[in-house]
Amino acid sequence: MLRIDIEKCIGCGECEEVCSFGAITIVDDKARVDEESCTLCGTCVDTCPEGALSIEKEGAEELDLSSWKGVWVVSEIKNGLFSPVTFELLGKARELADARNVPLTAILMGYGLRDKADELISRGADRVIVVDSKRLSDFIDDAYARVLAHLAKKEMPEIIIAGATATGRAFIPQVATILETGLTADCTGLEIDKESGQLLQTRPAFGGNLMATIICDTRRPQMATVRPHVLKALEPDTSRKGEIVDFEPPSELLDSRIKVVESVTEEQKGPGLTETEIVVTAGRGLEKKENLKLVEELARCLDGAVGATRAITDAGWISHSHQVGQTGVTVSPRLYVACGVSGAIQHLVGMQGSEIIVAINKDKDAPIFDIATYGIVGDVKEILPILSKKICKERGLD
Amino acid sequence: MAKVNYFLTEEQQMIVDLAHQIAVEKIIPVRARLDEIEEFPWDIMKDLAQADLFGLYIPEEYGGLGGGCFENCLAVEQLAYGCIAVTTTFAASALGAYPIVLFGNEEQKERYLSDIASGRRLAAFGLTEAGAGSDAAGIKTTAVEDGDYWVLNGTKQWITNGGEAEVYTIIALTDKNKGARGASAFIVEKGDEGFSFGKKEKKMGLRASATRELIFSDCRIPKDRLLGRRGAGFIIAMKTLDLARPGIGAIAVGLSQAALDESVNYARQRVQFGQPIISFQAIQHMLADMATQIEASRALVYAIARTIDAGEKDISKLSAMAKLFPTDVAMKVTTDAVQILGGYGYMKEYPVEKMMRDAKILQIYEGTNQIQRNVIGQALNKEYARR
Amino acid sequence: MPEDKVMNIVVCIKQVPDAESVKWDHKTGTLIRDGVKSVINPFDYHAIEAALTLKDELGAKVTAVTMGPPQAEEAIREAMSMGVDEGVVVSDRAFAGSDTLATTYTLSRAIKRLGDVHAVFCGKQAIDGDTAQVGPGLAVRLGIPCVTYVSEMEVINGGKGLRLKRLKEDGFDMVEVDFPVLVTTLSTLNTPRVPSLKAKMKAKRAKIPVWTAGDIGADKKRIGLNGSPTKVHSTYIPKFEAKREFLEGSPEEQVDALIKRLKEAGVI
Ligand SMILES: Cc1cc2nc3c(=O)[nH]c(=O)nc-3n(C[C@H](O)[C@H](O)[C@H](O)COP(=O)(O)OP(=O)(O)OC[C@H]3O[C@@H](n4cnc5c(N)ncnc54)[C@H](O)[C@@H]3O)c2cc1C
Ligand SMILES: Cc1cc2nc3c(=O)[nH]c(=O)nc-3n(C[C@H](O)[C@H](O)[C@H](O)COP(=O)(O)OP(=O)(O)OC[C@H]3O[C@@H](n4cnc5c(N)ncnc54)[C@H](O)[C@@H]3O)c2cc1C
Ligand SMILES: Cc1cc2nc3c(=O)[nH]c(=O)nc-3n(C[C@H](O)[C@H](O)[C@H](O)COP(=O)(O)OP(=O)(O)OC[C@H]3O[C@@H](n4cnc5c(N)ncnc54)[C@H](O)[C@@H]3O)c2cc1C
Ligand code: SF4
Ligand code: SF4
Repeated sequence: MLRIDIEKCIGCGECEEVCSFGAITIVDDKARVDEESCTLCGTCVDTCPEGALSIEKEGAEELDLSSWKGVWVVSEIKNGLFSPVTFELLGKARELADARNVPLTAILMGYGLRDKADELISRGADRVIVVDSKRLSDFIDDAYARVLAHLAKKEMPEIIIAGATATGRAFIPQVATILETGLTADCTGLEIDKESGQLLQTRPAFGGNLMATIICDTRRPQMATVRPHVLKALEPDTSRKGEIVDFEPPSELLDSRIKVVESVTEEQKGPGLTETEIVVTAGRGLEKKENLKLVEELARCLDGAVGATRAITDAGWISHSHQVGQTGVTVSPRLYVACGVSGAIQHLVGMQGSEIIVAINKDKDAPIFDIATYGIVGDVKEILPILSKKICKERGLD
Repeated sequence: MAKVNYFLTEEQQMIVDLAHQIAVEKIIPVRARLDEIEEFPWDIMKDLAQADLFGLYIPEEYGGLGGGCFENCLAVEQLAYGCIAVTTTFAASALGAYPIVLFGNEEQKERYLSDIASGRRLAAFGLTEAGAGSDAAGIKTTAVEDGDYWVLNGTKQWITNGGEAEVYTIIALTDKNKGARGASAFIVEKGDEGFSFGKKEKKMGLRASATRELIFSDCRIPKDRLLGRRGAGFIIAMKTLDLARPGIGAIAVGLSQAALDESVNYARQRVQFGQPIISFQAIQHMLADMATQIEASRALVYAIARTIDAGEKDISKLSAMAKLFPTDVAMKVTTDAVQILGGYGYMKEYPVEKMMRDAKILQIYEGTNQIQRNVIGQALNKEYARR
Repeated sequence: MPEDKVMNIVVCIKQVPDAESVKWDHKTGTLIRDGVKSVINPFDYHAIEAALTLKDELGAKVTAVTMGPPQAEEAIREAMSMGVDEGVVVSDRAFAGSDTLATTYTLSRAIKRLGDVHAVFCGKQAIDGDTAQVGPGLAVRLGIPCVTYVSEMEVINGGKGLRLKRLKEDGFDMVEVDFPVLVTTLSTLNTPRVPSLKAKMKAKRAKIPVWTAGDIGADKKRIGLNGSPTKVHSTYIPKFEAKREFLEGSPEEQVDALIKRLKEAGVI
């Protein structure tokens, strides 16, 4: 229950403002909470300048957490190659393990993968546990979950992190549930709190409008799935040494009623316009169809989708499905990069809900600049290649 | 700001909400495409069936909801907010079903109404012929008794849902010399021997609805397909249309409301001479007239539909008024909407040009607005003569 | 699986703030609350439709379950107006502050009270909490397999199981599984049906049971804040420049300035 220390409260109203659920009102210069609306999200607690707010837990179990040690990274393989997120996780986990002064273990589950273990060591792992079984050759949620949970119970790591990918988000919640521990979804940042040693797990909430830092201080392991592309991988170092351990799972853990009858890999088409967080849009300012590849390249580097104005869909440079605006799709990504787009009202209505709008246009009076967060006056043919190159470098892509 | 309180019951409000939801979620996203390619809206008909709307005007004992003229008006008004071609398809089925509801015997009701209520079968109504439009008495299609059968010959023209519907109410001459008592109503089913369809007409508007000829050449139907008494054909047609016309008025209200919404939203956003065009009084006055006329139309339709449901018998004049005024308003409002959007309004990318094309039919079908004025005029003459 | 009894299907639905009515004031970083409506989580409509499709095909009783404040009964009524047979609101002050671990525990207690289930449908994720953890976690609690991110579904084995297409980033798996199973649904799985008037009227009159922690026999230590190991430590509003800024200098400098700002904002 949210407690308000009436003595301390000065009625500044900060808490009323930040509460996203309308649970606090200031009555007679004091904060008052409506318990029906309060979700105990905790936002107000940190906001109060007077420390007047607190959330009480009564009757929660106290467990001994000290015997849980070590950091684990769950690796992920796609088409025989590690997903980039695996190395990104190892890069961050290395830091975490060093901060905690514990070993970093990578978990490698699947079939015929043993020779891949070295690669995990070169990317930062001290130890690799290989679970190699023909029955793990297909991704089967419950079998994977039981094996990992079994291992975790046995070895007792304090932290387990995995990629927030389709498979990670499918089976890691099962692991956390079996272990009866907390799991933070889709994190964009992980740190060790210097004083308490707890894992601070930061994730966007409310569509990125708020960042929440979450801790799990009553249970172990502390678990998180991490969004791909946000953490930095270490350069491979083949001179690194580490231990490779094989683990043979008890066969009943691998029993599942789910049968994978077919597994199909499709060509990467890139994310869809309306789903993605980043859209790079091309306008007539690209001057000719061939230059569209400048925009496609930037979209690739940002892992975003390509949008278009009607001027260029009409010209047949790209299909109508890419058109943003009145007669196209409406998008509201976190980042919208308009390249050579004038900013006609029919275009603006389809993208003005974007959080950050970057406009690149050679005409400093172009209307697109009126709604842009950041404007670059310049030639797209010149700016885009530099931008793509630097962003790729920034993100460790080639 | 306050809206007019029409004192809808909880159920009536549910009908409004549901029909509006279908218009917004299912109709508006596809209306431009349906119009462009002239496609019959079967998917939406399935949604309407799933929503139980085909049962709205069918008595409860046949699986319907037993609603009246007013409930039907509420539903079509909201559907028409999305697209009147789609709504006409729905309303024409009601037009085909009303004669069975009003004049069918028990077996006929059993046999047809539950299928129509569930949306399994669509209905249509066939009166008009090439030489008989406003002058319905000019029809030439005949039905001749032959043992246990009726044999129909002739061609009906511009029949909405022709070719798509399963059940047709047809008015045909049974005794040429008896004048007004010379016609009878029949139920003809798709697939009956000698019954076929002409090609789909190309139209100015209402393009998603199917309009076809019904061709009867020695079409043999069993005797029990005669609807009501022999010789009651024109009465049945009149009563059916009297009951249906407020629905056309309601369709006009829904269409007009959609055009007004587009106009106000656009006028607030379009900037010329450095200000939104809604700040020009000339535009405001147009919008004010539109809004006022729409509300007047709605009030008229609702009041008359409720009068009809209250059991009033002699409704020809009222029903003509409920069609006449709102449909003239719809034509004006949609034309003004195009004007307010200027060149954009004339483009297919904005919905108002379709609304304007569509609106025209409302002044023509189910009796032209000239004919409605005739009806009202003649009724006034009669009324005052009696005083 | 019980052979002779009617099939029991459960749909989990969550009431969330309507994304369209939620607006953020970027200057203050607060939610503009005026007129925020509660709606059914968009993905959950597809879960409802999936359950109703199975019902149409195999015959079944479909029950909607939601954990939330008492007003969440509106969500149940809406589900019923689409054809869901019954619904339960699981509601108690003691559930406040639940993370996904506590949520799955609570939902599983409620579902167990409904009897043996053949299939449970959840949305892919909820648009507010956005974790996508409830479906998989609930499956563990119920002791049944879970198939996530499903975009196609077909009944197989004479009505005893399902063939499902599960999407992954780089393709898909076709999987087969017999009942009971938990499925999380993508929006491409189906098109949710419109409500029907008759069901809407029935739903309006229906009495929706509200189950408290006591009703579902929940262990006090495992629900609400007590049962939630994750807790919000702090929150902050990502820096966001609402004002236009022209980036000056040579192209190189302009690009560097942009990248710096995008990094600060956390988008790259
Ligand atoms: C009914 C209707 C519906 C419409 N619907 C849509 C819609 O849904 N979506 C849509 O996008 N449009 C729509 N439009 C079209 C819209 O009005 C504009 O015409 C269109 O958006 C303009 O596209 P643009 O910005 O690419 O081209 P332009 O307006 O020609 O702008 C090109 C811009 O590029 C800049 N430029 C040129 N060369 C360079 C260079 N080398 N480097 C940098 N900048 C350069 C120029 O300064 C200019 O600002 C619609 C129009 C109508 C009438
Ligand atoms: C898209 C569409 C769908 C239709 N659907 C159906 C349907 O489902 N079932 C059906 O039976 N019919 C249907 N009709 C036919 C429709 O009802 C007739 O078109 C309508 O009754 C008018 O007849 P008409 O076109 O022959 O015009 P006419 O009667 O030839 O009239 C031509 C003009 O003369 C005027 N006029 C005629 N007589 C008088 C008079 N006495 N006084 C003053 N003015 C007069 C009319 O108002 C009109 O302006 C449909 C028509 C269309 C276009
Ligand atoms: C900003 C924010 C961040 C959060 N971060 C975390 C976190 O990192 N880890 C964590 O454990 N918890 C977190 N929570 C708590 C979490 O949102 C709640 O536990 C919530 O009850 C369920 O999670 P969800 O909304 O993510 O649902 P999801 O797991 O995304 O929902 C998937 C499906 O589960 C079903 N479902 C979900 N909730 C219910 C319900 N109440 N009733 C019925 N069915 C339901 C629906 O079918 C839904 O489509 C967070 C909450 C907020 C507000
Ligand atoms: S923020 Fe703290 S001091 Fe200010 S009103 Fe709220 S409780 Fe009182
Ligand atoms: S805990 Fe969260 S919901 Fe409750 S009052 Fe504070 S900010 Fe509002």
